[in-house]
Amino acid sequence: MGQTIVVRDLRKRYGDVQAVNGVTFEVEEGEFFGILGPNGAGKTTTLEIIEGLRQADSGTVEIFGQSPWPRNPKLLPRIGVQLQASAFFERLTAREQIRTFASLYGTAQAEADEMLEVVGLADKAATPAEKLSGGQAQRLSIACALVHGPDLVFLDEPTAALDPQARRNLWDLLRDINKQGRTVVLTTHYMDEAESLCDRVAIMDRGEILQSGAPATLVRGLDSMTHISIESGLLSLTEAKALAGPGDDVTDDGVSLQFSTPSPAPLLAALAERRALGGLRVRGATLEDVFLHLTGREYRA
Amino acid sequence: MNALSSLSRAMLLGFLRDKASVFFTILFPLMFLLLFGVLLQDPGVSKSDVVQIGAVPIVDQMPADARARIGEVAALTKSTDREDALAKVRTGDIDAVVEQTGDTVVLHYSAADQVRAGSVRGVFDSLIMSANTADRPPKYSLDSRQVEDASLKPIQYLTPGLLGWAVAMGATFGAAMTLVTWRQKKILRRLRLSPAPTGAVVAARVGVSVGLALVQTAIFIGVAMTPYFGLTLSPFWWMSIPLVIAGTLAFLSVGLLAGGVAKTAEGASGIANLVVLPMAFLSGAFFPMEGAPSWLQAVSQVMPLRYLNEGMIDVMVRGQGPSAVLMEMGVLLGFTAVVSIIVVKVFRWDDV
Ligand SMILES: Nc1ncnc2c1ncn2[C@@H]1O[C@H](COP(=O)(O)OP(=O)(O)O)[C@@H](O)[C@H]1O
Ligand SMILES: [Mg+2]
Repeated sequence: MGQTIVVRDLRKRYGDVQAVNGVTFEVEEGEFFGILGPNGAGKTTTLEIIEGLRQADSGTVEIFGQSPWPRNPKLLPRIGVQLQASAFFERLTAREQIRTFASLYGTAQAEADEMLEVVGLADKAATPAEKLSGGQAQRLSIACALVHGPDLVFLDEPTAALDPQARRNLWDLLRDINKQGRTVVLTTHYMDEAESLCDRVAIMDRGEILQSGAPATLVRGLDSMTHISIESGLLSLTEAKALAGPGDDVTDDGVSLQFSTPSPAPLLAALAERRALGGLRVRGATLEDVFLHLTGREYRA
Repeated sequence: MNALSSLSRAMLLGFLRDKASVFFTILFPLMFLLLFGVLLQDPGVSKSDVVQIGAVPIVDQMPADARARIGEVAALTKSTDREDALAKVRTGDIDAVVEQTGDTVVLHYSAADQVRAGSVRGVFDSLIMSANTADRPPKYSLDSRQVEDASLKPIQYLTPGLLGWAVAMGATFGAAMTLVTWRQKKILRRLRLSPAPTGAVVAARVGVSVGLALVQTAIFIGVAMTPYFGLTLSPFWWMSIPLVIAGTLAFLSVGLLAGGVAKTAEGASGIANLVVLPMAFLSGAFFPMEGAPSWLQAVSQVMPLRYLNEGMIDVMVRGQGPSAVLMEMGVLLGFTAVVSIIVVKVFRWDDV
């Protein structure tokens, strides 16, 4: 499979802020690629340079083998962009919005109406964009990005500020888009979103990509601990420490007794033997542990 | 639909659904037409220029005190070229022509400025009355003749001036608001990501603004021509259409400049007001410039609205031919070209 996007050593500075500091990655055709990082990591700036909205200070970008800067009209029909802030014409209804965008690409009005159905907004067609809920506006925004059938789709934090149910619905839509064979590049500050949607993620912080790969590979690559917790009071701290292995970490905050161990099986067996499984929770490593491991900081979106 | 027509449609719908914009662009200037129709009945008047053709015994032989009284309101000069003098009354360069045939004194005046015409007539009325008191039955009579159609009313000169202002305001605000709000709402950057040519965005705005200006013109003329107001257009009134288009382009460029410089809609409307409102007062849209001090006249010469107003009055009221406004149109288009160059330089797709 060919490389849809090739980014090499991208840099961008705003005054004192080095927003993007030597970013390099590739995205393959048909891939669902995520850029994951806290706010201010440089995700939007990176995306905007790739889309051709901003000029990098240095470094190169190729989309389908062409440079997006300066504005490249040959490339534009092949990409679809959902901007971080929804961009809608004032006082136009959902149907008028998407039809206007369709005509900018020479796409038929009927296809625009169909796209409204696909994102589940057919019953909101006559509603002004200003009156849509957050989730509906995001879906309209995505529909406007997809209306001309692009091969490559950029989505900048599409689920930010949505309630959990609306997020799940949107995830299904995004998976479908990718299943149709489109390459999708998404930025997010939600770890679970990246883990759930992306074939591959790049973890970004302070303008740099710390690591990239499939979410499962990243987590497995970590010499990671499994976190086991039970109710406080079932075991004393001394008993707990006796049960735990030499490399394990044991804490008791009065609510739960927590073990962090690289080998959970013998510990779980020992706890079961003592019938001390009340309130048991076992949590494997997640991308948050990967972030913690890479930066030494707790992940805070 | 292609990019140009769909963008024009989006712009137009956005405008028509905004009640406040529609009010300020279409109805607000119309209200001024009514308001000024009343207010402008009695503005202050400067000395009138009156040209005397040949011998006018009643003027030549008038007593010194009568001469002084006339001197307060009118400056009398003599001329032998009757046709030239009458033409000058028509174009507004002088206020009246007086001649005498036998015992009839003929006064030619323009109704484009009724106040001035009234004061000149008043002077000659009283002059003739005092000359008549010596003889009875009355010897002299005054025959006042309007150089234009006798049906002229104040609406004749209010309509072109206020229409020019309305067009200027509509074009400036329309362009400034579209530019700022489309940039703020990220529509410009979204358009930049579509293959639609940049020119289509500008062309759409030009098309919508010119269209709205022509609608304003039609409504203004339509309302002014109702029997109640009784506007009568002179034969070359249609020259006001190319003039309105040139004026729209000039103020469109002003609006784009305001929208390019300003960061917010409030800022853009502030700048637009700052430019258009003083210009309206200083360019003869609300009151005639003839009475203004000379420094103000000089200032008004650099204002594009002055040229739009002059041109509109020339072709709509003074009955001048198309060639009379070529200079005004040239100034407006030249102004557009210069401002457009600056607009291109300050244009930003993005807030930052
Ligand atoms: N236009 C800009 N001008 C100045 N600083 C900016 C601009 N855009 C982004 N930044 C700064 O660059 C950094 C990266 O921002 P951004 O790319 O938006 O991050 P993210 O999308 O990951 O939240 C931040 O510190 C932000 O404040
Ligand atoms: Mg961002």
